[in-house]
Amino acid sequence: MSGAQTDDAGGVRRSDLVIRFAGEAGEGIKSPGELIIQAAARAGYRIITDFSPPAEIKGGVSFFQIRLSTHPIYTRGDAPDVLLAFNQEAYDAYIAELRDGGMLIYDPDRVTLDPGQASHFQTLAFPMGSIAAKELRMPIVKNVVAVGGMATLFGLETDHLKQVIRKLWLRKGEAVVETNYKALDAGIAYVHEQVNGTAPFVLAPAAEQQNTIHVSGNQATGLGAIAGGVQFFAGYPITPASDVMEYLAAWLPQQGGHVVQAEDEIAAVNMLLGASYAGARAMTTTSGPGLSLMVEALGLATMAELPAVIVDAQRVGPSTGMPTRHEQADLNLTALGGHGEVPRIVLAATSVEDCFWLAIEAFNLSEKYQMPVILMTDTVVAVRTESIERPDLSRVKLTERETWSANGANGQATDQIPLPEELDDSGYLPYKLTDSGVSPMSLPGTPGGQYVAMGLEHNEKGRGRWDQQTHMLMTQKRFRKMERSVTDAPEPVRYGDPAADVGIVTWGSTAGTAIEALDRLASAGVQADLLVPRMVYPLPHPQVADFMAEKRIVIVPEVNYSGQFANLLLAQFPRHIHRINVYRGQPMRVDFLVDQIKDIIAAAHNGAAESAVPPAVGAPHAAPEQEVQRV
Amino acid sequence: MSSRTVTRRRPQRRQRSPDVYKSDEKPTWCPGCGDFGVLNSVYRALRTQGIAPHQVVCVSGIGCSSRIPYFINAYGFHGIHGRTMPIATGVRLARPDLKTLVFGGDGDAFAIGAGHFVHAMRRNVDLCYVVMDNATYGLTKGQTSPTSGTGFVTLSTPHGNPEQALNPMLLALASGATFVARGFSADPQKLADLIVEGMNHKGFAFIDVYSPCVVFNKVNTFKYYKEQTETLPSDHDPSSLPDAMQLAISQDPLYLGLFHQREATTFEDHMNADPPSQSERHEQLEQLFDRYS
Repeated sequence: MSGAQTDDAGGVRRSDLVIRFAGEAGEGIKSPGELIIQAAARAGYRIITDFSPPAEIKGGVSFFQIRLSTHPIYTRGDAPDVLLAFNQEAYDAYIAELRDGGMLIYDPDRVTLDPGQASHFQTLAFPMGSIAAKELRMPIVKNVVAVGGMATLFGLETDHLKQVIRKLWLRKGEAVVETNYKALDAGIAYVHEQVNGTAPFVLAPAAEQQNTIHVSGNQATGLGAIAGGVQFFAGYPITPASDVMEYLAAWLPQQGGHVVQAEDEIAAVNMLLGASYAGARAMTTTSGPGLSLMVEALGLATMAELPAVIVDAQRVGPSTGMPTRHEQADLNLTALGGHGEVPRIVLAATSVEDCFWLAIEAFNLSEKYQMPVILMTDTVVAVRTESIERPDLSRVKLTERETWSANGANGQATDQIPLPEELDDSGYLPYKLTDSGVSPMSLPGTPGGQYVAMGLEHNEKGRGRWDQQTHMLMTQKRFRKMERSVTDAPEPVRYGDPAADVGIVTWGSTAGTAIEALDRLASAGVQADLLVPRMVYPLPHPQVADFMAEKRIVIVPEVNYSGQFANLLLAQFPRHIHRINVYRGQPMRVDFLVDQIKDIIAAAHNGAAESAVPPAVGAPHAAPEQEVQRV
Repeated sequence: MSSRTVTRRRPQRRQRSPDVYKSDEKPTWCPGCGDFGVLNSVYRALRTQGIAPHQVVCVSGIGCSSRIPYFINAYGFHGIHGRTMPIATGVRLARPDLKTLVFGGDGDAFAIGAGHFVHAMRRNVDLCYVVMDNATYGLTKGQTSPTSGTGFVTLSTPHGNPEQALNPMLLALASGATFVARGFSADPQKLADLIVEGMNHKGFAFIDVYSPCVVFNKVNTFKYYKEQTETLPSDHDPSSLPDAMQLAISQDPLYLGLFHQREATTFEDHMNADPPSQSERHEQLEQLFDRYS
């Protein structure tokens, strides 16, 4: 972001800073980051972090990136302002990504600079390893030395760092705390001297202490599930979704719920359906390969009309793909996957905070409409951590499932009084045709409400019937629920200038890129309007319809090749649109999106858009070569 | 029963008569099918225990035998092929106050559902699983199954089944099942007794039932099983796993009865806290938020 200004001391005072620790996976590159995050949170900064692990368990280069800001931020930041390279591999891998005018900090004992590279940025040799080993005689404190040096560069208060050190290590004893203080001071002293006492990237003080919590998207999903009343969870380990299961496993069993690590994803989703049938608010979390395995059971949930919450933390496919990388390419599967016609609801989280609120919405929609709801996150929001507004629990409203009982309190009153021994006396119709499509459920244990939940086509009473009329009426009933659900769609994200004739429609975590792109465009005098539906299937009709009808130019950026979201939009709201697709396994960059939007607007001014033939739905389109070449 | 607080009660016609557990749906099985005997045993087992229909959940998969929930006046879940174990696990964990019975055929249990079968036993969830084993695929009109013998000629094995039959009893014993029994649908009373024992067993109960298909299996017939089966030796000690395995290996005779039973902690034993109220949940959440702030 911009927002840099010269301060009195001659250094650059900034409102926004991106720092990156890079080294070998397993070397502990995350731990110095945690120290800085906690200290920065105490200082009131907004924080987004991103961790890019290699696919291998140990070895390989990985990085931990922290973006600090005095104002709300929505992405991890395009490029680091400061890169700390612990070893040669890290330097080689990431030096090209360092922002022009940024700073490289490196350990001269482990990194040799490429003389051809070293002109666009400042460098600072920082022998943190030998300071720890020789000066302090404690090689293990190298990371804390690094933190001291890094913090000195942007003026993070030493007091905050020391408070965090105390909090983290006090249980190991006062001596350990003191050792880490010394390491911190040594790092500070070294870098202070190197920069002649002037921090090159001074962060402006944060406006005020925010009432925030700092969590990952997966943690927010877990917290949202708890707030949403989850009672049963079954899952199978998969990157990048596993920590939702781990998170709930630590909490739910102590709270009267169940967490089962199933033998596979098929088992997980079927356990969920069994628990849901029995009345529990039940969920599972997975990623693409697991979701593929769950598809048959999703059809059962639709057919048997069972609530089910499935979280899909997307990664790169197909097949095993790139498990730790980012893509938004499961939408075809979540919205349309499966044999037969399988109405369901798909939500997509736009940020870490949104994971919390949409997890609650997923339960509410699922219980209300008695059908599966898939909450899509992705590697960007699932893995990254973010300082988010502390959720106000008074805003949490839970929708309960409509249930049936013999006295008609919840279900329809009947003139026949049921005896539990006599099935037919209740007149209970588990798949009763109603205006809304929703039939009250009789939960097992309810006298007189015995019925069979089933995957066969069935009549109102829950008997397998395959006549034309039954299938037509029941298909309509199942779709009627989905169509009605748009009236309960969570509010879409809106940003930018509502009067602008340039409209951006996107989904999921690309919302963050789009918001920051709009800010940059606005400061360059270009106005645009942003719409991000959080219910992506079915699309919340009036909001999207108006937007698609009114904008002169509609641009749909997303992180996949084929434009899955654009295709869904066009199927319902046909018009000319501009697609922007990247598929590098990384989030879309803000600067890239800004350039693309500018180009599209410029071309439209020259009349190009008006003469262009609308792309066919699902047709391959020109890949943005420029973006590909940046890899 | 306090739940029947009714104002216009019909005259009480009967109390737990044999028909109480029959639904109004008539079985669709072929005349002579072994599954009739199993259904009869289930009615008897439920009546013996005097359990109310609304307190029973019958979960099944896909196949001829998996239609059984429609014929029982109880809660039912007719799921998808091979996934009875996970569905029943979910039902049981969500409602441990109810009795969960599980039904399926040999294809459902030992082919497409084999993975779940093994893990359900390892997990020791309190379920009673009755497999109606006819060593063929009946609903799809006669293909070979995991329990079909080598050389078995079917539509899918016209030159004879090249595979060997799976031994469900050994598989169950090796997988840690805490109740393993075998019954025969031609002896509904003995089978009913096994089902009662299985339902009362704390933990996973597996009951393999020879339930002949009279249309597509001309090898494993009623006559075959009558000749081939024998009640377990009267001195067999079901608590001995090695003895049970030894008897399970035997193909001549094929033993009927309770092979193995032992006490063990169930999956549910590890999770027994009371559910929190919504306000308690919110207190918990605020504490979690504090941890992250």
